[in-house]
Amino acid sequence: MVQPRPRSQKSPCPLWFFLPAAVIYGVFFLAPTATSFWYSLTRWDLTTAEFIGLENFRQFFSEPFLVQSLVNTLIYAVMTSGLKTVCGLLLAVLLTGNIFARGFLRTVVFFPVLVSTIGIGITFTVMMHPTKGIINVALGALGIAGPGWLTNPSLALFSVALVDLWKGVGLATLIFIAGLAAISTDYYEAARIDGATRFQQFRRITLPLVRPATITVVTLSLIGGLRSFDLIWAMTRGGPGFSSDVVASVIYKQYQAGFYGLSTAGNVILFALIVAIILPLSLWFNRREVAQ
Amino acid sequence: MTIHIKAYLASAALIALTAITPAHAEVTLSFLIDNNPDTVAAAEALVEAYQKQTPDVTIEIEQRAGGGEGDNIIKTRLATGEMSDVFLYNSGSLLQALKPQQTLVDLSDVPAQAKVDQGFKSVVSADGKVYGVPFGTAMGGGIFYNRAIYQELGLSVPKTWAEFMANNEKIKAAGKVAVAQTYRDTWTSQLFVLADYYNVQAAVPNFAEDYTNNKAKYATTPAAMKGFDHLKEVHDAGLFNEDFGAASYDDGLRMVATGEAAHYPMLTFAIGALKQNYPENLADVGFFAQPGDDATKNGLTVWMPPAIYIPAASEKIEEAKKFANFVASVEGCKIMTAINTVQGPPLIDGCPLPADVPPAVTDMLPYFKTAGLTAPALEFVSPIKGPALEQITVEVGSGIRGPAEAAVLYDDDVRKQAKQLGLSNW
Repeated sequence: MVQPRPRSQKSPCPLWFFLPAAVIYGVFFLAPTATSFWYSLTRWDLTTAEFIGLENFRQFFSEPFLVQSLVNTLIYAVMTSGLKTVCGLLLAVLLTGNIFARGFLRTVVFFPVLVSTIGIGITFTVMMHPTKGIINVALGALGIAGPGWLTNPSLALFSVALVDLWKGVGLATLIFIAGLAAISTDYYEAARIDGATRFQQFRRITLPLVRPATITVVTLSLIGGLRSFDLIWAMTRGGPGFSSDVVASVIYKQYQAGFYGLSTAGNVILFALIVAIILPLSLWFNRREVAQ
Repeated sequence: MTIHIKAYLASAALIALTAITPAHAEVTLSFLIDNNPDTVAAAEALVEAYQKQTPDVTIEIEQRAGGGEGDNIIKTRLATGEMSDVFLYNSGSLLQALKPQQTLVDLSDVPAQAKVDQGFKSVVSADGKVYGVPFGTAMGGGIFYNRAIYQELGLSVPKTWAEFMANNEKIKAAGKVAVAQTYRDTWTSQLFVLADYYNVQAAVPNFAEDYTNNKAKYATTPAAMKGFDHLKEVHDAGLFNEDFGAASYDDGLRMVATGEAAHYPMLTFAIGALKQNYPENLADVGFFAQPGDDATKNGLTVWMPPAIYIPAASEKIEEAKKFANFVASVEGCKIMTAINTVQGPPLIDGCPLPADVPPAVTDMLPYFKTAGLTAPALEFVSPIKGPALEQITVEVGSGIRGPAEAAVLYDDDVRKQAKQLGLSNW
């Protein structure tokens, strides 16, 4: 991204203009990151840190729940990201069309984004109560025995992911609406003259031209999903047992237990995981974009 | 009447104090406690009484969060030398994590220690020195039961696990919930395992020592496995409330108090909450120790209250010691039992129980009257308790994981904690 600048084109601003920002960035971002790499190699109780090499990483990878939490993290991230992209695009197409009460509906879709995640988590936990929750009471009135949304170990993670979709789809919709608005109406006009159907217009014009917005939504929601913690913690605390644990909640539990070195190592692993997934993805997206 | 005794004792203590120290300047002590309403009420009453009898001492109470966050505050403040002159913290394994030999003042020579229960002293000691004085009464870990249901179905308090299960079947047949479980608050799931420790140590007397020294494991000690086995057995028998996965601690208390459920395994500190939230049902709630295999070896697993400690970095150690002495005195004990709901027998010799204790407390007393019928919980005789136990017991109680596999998993968790504590042999 940054290209070596020719000497003659020297910036009019002196280099030390950059210093205040550099100091803040260094003290609050670079130094803690560097120290966290160090502490991940120690057994740390906040007062003394004993160097133990890669023992924390070995421990983290031998945690029986860690493998499951890694799989859960990927399931959660891919599921929420995919659903937000698909639902967000469909909602955006709907909300840019000529429909009744468009502004109001846009607000309604975006509203959950503004509400506190913890508040949403607690509200849905009450609504998803297996016997007294409104969801199962409503299902019961229809003669359907509702499942234990958050208490069934094979269902809990998916229930939380659906709530995450409800909460996050508004932001994806907003990005897509902006992306759709940037597409010139000329293309649609030309396509209509050529006799293209509505679906063909969507497939051949909307989808390719809304690509920058799609990339933004996929990347943002994937990163959000990989490091997701607050909603899961508010709703299940990784439970029942360990069945909805993700990497971030495992890390938090290690910290709570006083295993500071171990939880720092977990953060380093999460960092590596996010880089390993997002870096190739964004390189691939960018190359495709350039190739077009 | 109590006021007269208090006044008398106060003046006696005052005379004793002035006799030792002729005159001293005004002193302000800081006193850090957790923000539990019961704790705050008791601490305020103690401070008020102490300031009345020692006018030149002012004590300022500071509050902190409880749970894991509170642990962090205590550890950080001790490490940075910012600790208050007196502070309140857990006894047992959590105290050991503070490394008391290095960070705390030895309170063995505080006069009031002479009347403090030996069992309590052992859970605030390290290397033969006593570092704390008790703040509150002993607690039991076992099973709360609804006396109305027991009466209605003609049941008697079980002395063995088989009798307990037989009772459960009758309760289930009568269309009631036999055992309340509340996994929304995961910590409540540990009781069947933790409260079984009396039975473990009755069968394997040196379990705690071998467990601390990395020689005994849950998975390979059949007596220790029983807690996990029992939890699975109760789950498999379908005795739980339907919403056990989503119910909370408060739901559990409501169920056993109002007769929705017959049993709720819990620590007796719940008596305070029961009295506050369900005062009209308090007389219906009884308590018994978690039964084992042998009716002749029926005993209670005991939890110890938190203690008052003084950091070695304090500049007012002598004044702080006098306050600690007051807290541990018969008078201090009486102030606390008068303010808060009693959760079990007092740990100060000569401190009587109030006359109107609820049945759940009177049910505990016989265990304490005979030597050998109580044993401290494992977390008070070993510094190691694995932090993931509550998730593991939720799994066993929900039928997600079998007891054998769960015990292996817990042993692994214990190993991690032992390494963090830097224990030898691990």
